[in-house]
Amino acid sequence: MDFLLEIIMTPAVLACIKIAVIILLFAMPLGTVLTLMERKWSAMIQDRVGPNRANIGKFTGHGLLHLAADGLKSIFKEDTIPKGANGFLYLIAPFFGLIAAVATFAIIPIAGPIGDFTFQVTDVNPGLLFIFAITSLNVYGAVLAGTSSNSKFALLGGTRASAQMISYEVFMGLALMGIFMVYGTTRVSGIVNGQNEYWFGDLVPMWGIFTQPLGFILFFTALVAETKRAPFDAPEGESEIVAGYFLEYSGMRWSAFMLAEYVSLVGVAALMTTLFFGGYHVPWLHLWESAPQWLVTVLQILKFTFFTVVFCWFQIQLRWTVPKFRFDQTMGLGWKKLLPLSLVNIIVTALVILTLA
Amino acid sequence: MMELKVKRVERVDGVKEAIFLPAIFNGLRLTVKHFWRNLFGARDVVTINYPEEKRHVSPRWRGRHRLTRLDNGFLSCVACYMCETVCPSKCIHIEAGEHPDLSVEKYPVVFDIDELRCVFCGLCVEACPKDAIRMDTGVVSMAYTSRQTFDFTRDLLRDNYDPKVHSNPKYEDQDLPKPDNQSEALPHSQGIPAA
Repeated sequence: MDFLLEIIMTPAVLACIKIAVIILLFAMPLGTVLTLMERKWSAMIQDRVGPNRANIGKFTGHGLLHLAADGLKSIFKEDTIPKGANGFLYLIAPFFGLIAAVATFAIIPIAGPIGDFTFQVTDVNPGLLFIFAITSLNVYGAVLAGTSSNSKFALLGGTRASAQMISYEVFMGLALMGIFMVYGTTRVSGIVNGQNEYWFGDLVPMWGIFTQPLGFILFFTALVAETKRAPFDAPEGESEIVAGYFLEYSGMRWSAFMLAEYVSLVGVAALMTTLFFGGYHVPWLHLWESAPQWLVTVLQILKFTFFTVVFCWFQIQLRWTVPKFRFDQTMGLGWKKLLPLSLVNIIVTALVILTLA
Repeated sequence: MMELKVKRVERVDGVKEAIFLPAIFNGLRLTVKHFWRNLFGARDVVTINYPEEKRHVSPRWRGRHRLTRLDNGFLSCVACYMCETVCPSKCIHIEAGEHPDLSVEKYPVVFDIDELRCVFCGLCVEACPKDAIRMDTGVVSMAYTSRQTFDFTRDLLRDNYDPKVHSNPKYEDQDLPKPDNQSEALPHSQGIPAA
């Protein structure tokens, strides 16, 4: 028994367990449910009913069974490869996006540490720089799928995806400089703990949204563009290039693209919660000094999950509200407006920090 | 060469338009309102879940035929061939017979309607002197998998009708106008001139 415990407590094994738990119990289930929720919620926005027909006998679960139905359908569907496609790249492309989307969760803490044990896979020193690296990998899936499909529409989609990634990656990094300056670190745990301080006594928590309101809008915009969702869904471009880079895919590989989109949506929500809404810290909980440790941890997990779900909802709401940008408008917005704005944000933040210090 | 007619739309410029955020917030206000209203009880949803719920059909609407019965349960039809004669698509087939019970007049031994040939014109209903055939079942669509199923026999036409099945209280008379008085019902009517 002790031997087993010793093996489990080895850092490598422990990290593997954390990865499995965070991915299998948090990221993937939430992403999977969101594929249905997007359809249900968009139906509510547009005064429709949404999917409600899949059933086992009388049980439909308000459309919940569509998850199982969709999964079954994808598995049994033929996995087609178009003529002239680059087979190897075509087959592995869907999983680039999925891996990149899942890898975001490596540095996101979902609750405060208990002793030496952290609710975070790894707290690397570069912290958010790791996120930048991983989200850039995200576009490989789109580009490889686009080039290997031997289809003009897919190629156009892949090209658009890469162009959009390059232009939005730039100010995505610059938008976060303000956060780095305010909290003085790129480590995620440092930023989260920095947000547990308060202004005016115990009145207002020093959340990122209050210290960096402009940075919040810029970073959020950049992340929405990174996930290639509306209003920045030019790479998919249903109206002009059919479905963009994953046009030729079918069956489970197509589902992998969908799943990657929704897992990265959850990733964006978790990242926004961590960086701008105090992470796992429940505001004003420190006033209750005799709170038992287990209750604090449970509350922290609940708070983190709640904010993540709210942000997932907000992204879906945004998608069904804002019309699509034309591709040149996307580029113009990125280079001509958001990039200068993020530079201004850095300068203003630096000036304010200098004056206050 | 004629000059092309191009309609020029005035562009709205300015800071408010350029930063997108006010427009996005206005849009969000609308969509979130609908989302919340429909999250608790689907209040704005107008969908009728068709096979389970059915929209009310006007009593005058010509649906599938049925044969009416007398008070004693026997068919009203006297096999006079009026409907078969008037039918423009020749879809009614009647064979008359004599009943052992002498109080019953002629009666149809065979009364078939080929619903695939029927054009639902309603002439058979108008022609019938005994009010024996009606088209008020309210059956909007008939969908079967074989052609034989569409040959409705006498007993099917007589029995296959249940007033309860074909009405839905939730959508009762929804589309019909409900005037309060005669002048509202007939707005251009001059009324009957006094004698």
